[in-house]
Amino acid sequence: MKPAPFKYIAATSLEHALVLKAEHGDDAKFLAGGQSLIPTMNFRLARPAILIDVNGIEDLAGIRASGGTTRVGALTRYRALQRDATFTQLFPVIGEALPHIAHPQIRNRGTIGGNLSHADPASELPAIAVALGGRFRVQAAKQERWIEASDFFVGALTTDLRPDEMLVEIELPLPEPHAGSCFMEIARRRGDFAIVGVVVMMTLGERNECTGVRLAFCGVGETPVDASSAADGLIGHALTEEATRDVATSVQTMIDPAGSIHATADYQRHIAGVLTERALQTANQRARDGH
Amino acid sequence: MDIDYHDVTLSVNGVRYSRRVESRMLLSDFLRHDLALAGTHVGCEHGVCGACTILLDGQPVRSCLMLAVQAKNHELSTIEGLANKDGEYHPLQQAMHDHHGLQCGYCTPGILMTMTAFLDENTSPTEEEVREALSGNLCRCTGYQNIVDAVLSAAEKMRG
Repeated sequence: MKPAPFKYIAATSLEHALVLKAEHGDDAKFLAGGQSLIPTMNFRLARPAILIDVNGIEDLAGIRASGGTTRVGALTRYRALQRDATFTQLFPVIGEALPHIAHPQIRNRGTIGGNLSHADPASELPAIAVALGGRFRVQAAKQERWIEASDFFVGALTTDLRPDEMLVEIELPLPEPHAGSCFMEIARRRGDFAIVGVVVMMTLGERNECTGVRLAFCGVGETPVDASSAADGLIGHALTEEATRDVATSVQTMIDPAGSIHATADYQRHIAGVLTERALQTANQRARDGH
Repeated sequence: MDIDYHDVTLSVNGVRYSRRVESRMLLSDFLRHDLALAGTHVGCEHGVCGACTILLDGQPVRSCLMLAVQAKNHELSTIEGLANKDGEYHPLQQAMHDHHGLQCGYCTPGILMTMTAFLDENTSPTEEEVREALSGNLCRCTGYQNIVDAVLSAAEKMRG
């Protein structure tokens, strides 16, 4: 339960970190919060030859408004999000999800960039980034590009990042007025990996008719699952119990959970349906209440 | 591969230490083996059990999920620094004693470091808040009830 030997380099700037990564490629890993990487190394499931510690790059952390969006630096820790009342008011769905993300000790260290780059299928933030329609700025030594959240996650623990790239910032569009959101999760224990988690973003029109719904899941596939199309039938109508049941049924058909020692695939599918109904109703009520 | 060493200076409970460490040395092992501060316990070594919780610049973190070299120039607090200089227990230590909040005691240092930091921030917690704050520390003996009682009682004492 000790990491295999590696060379440790504390990057002094983003440029320094990216030059090192360009030089060493897949032999090197960026060390941010380390809350997934270090346990993986302790188990020797990962044996990177080089660790590039980015914790000293202060420019990488922080939350700032930018036009109609909010940008969050990759090194921003969960704790910083949780304690930023302005941020959690802008994105209540993230505020609602944060207590489900591991435990206080982990949230004090874990970073959003590390979380998203790790791309655990059961993780909350990837599904939220997809539901919010976020996009990610990734940088290499000589170039940068933007990747839509929905294109970033390509498999379990696998992203679209190239060996010389780092996720440096995420951009989240501000939720529209008259929007309601909800995050719900079932896990075996508080802070444990999600058996199923659901994110709903809903907007209502003047007569409380549904004008937009985003629906995404964590824990039920290799990547976060965007199931928004299951809710297409809600558009243009006020939400009814029957309609939410129809969406839940569509979701259950659409997803293909793998099951695990903690929950069979059938159980996950059942829970996904139950959470869909509850989260849709909650988000709808919150949108009506101007939450 | 040549062994990768780094010189590290850091502060633990107000005492400065300088040591040479291998890059793969976990902070938990560094505290226990290099500094002989064995009050920090090591349970799972993958961030689940919370036994190794210490304070990094005042915030509870898992010392098994940090490298010793990462603690360079940081201020750490461990269980050894919790009682005051005269050996008088921290109010939470006393409350754990009074409420029988430990049996084998293995998880206790991690719980004390987590919950003293929690009480510094939240002086009047509800039982639910205490349980939420405790969620990252496993105890296999007590069933938590006596620990929760101790934390609530310490909070009351600390409010005066």
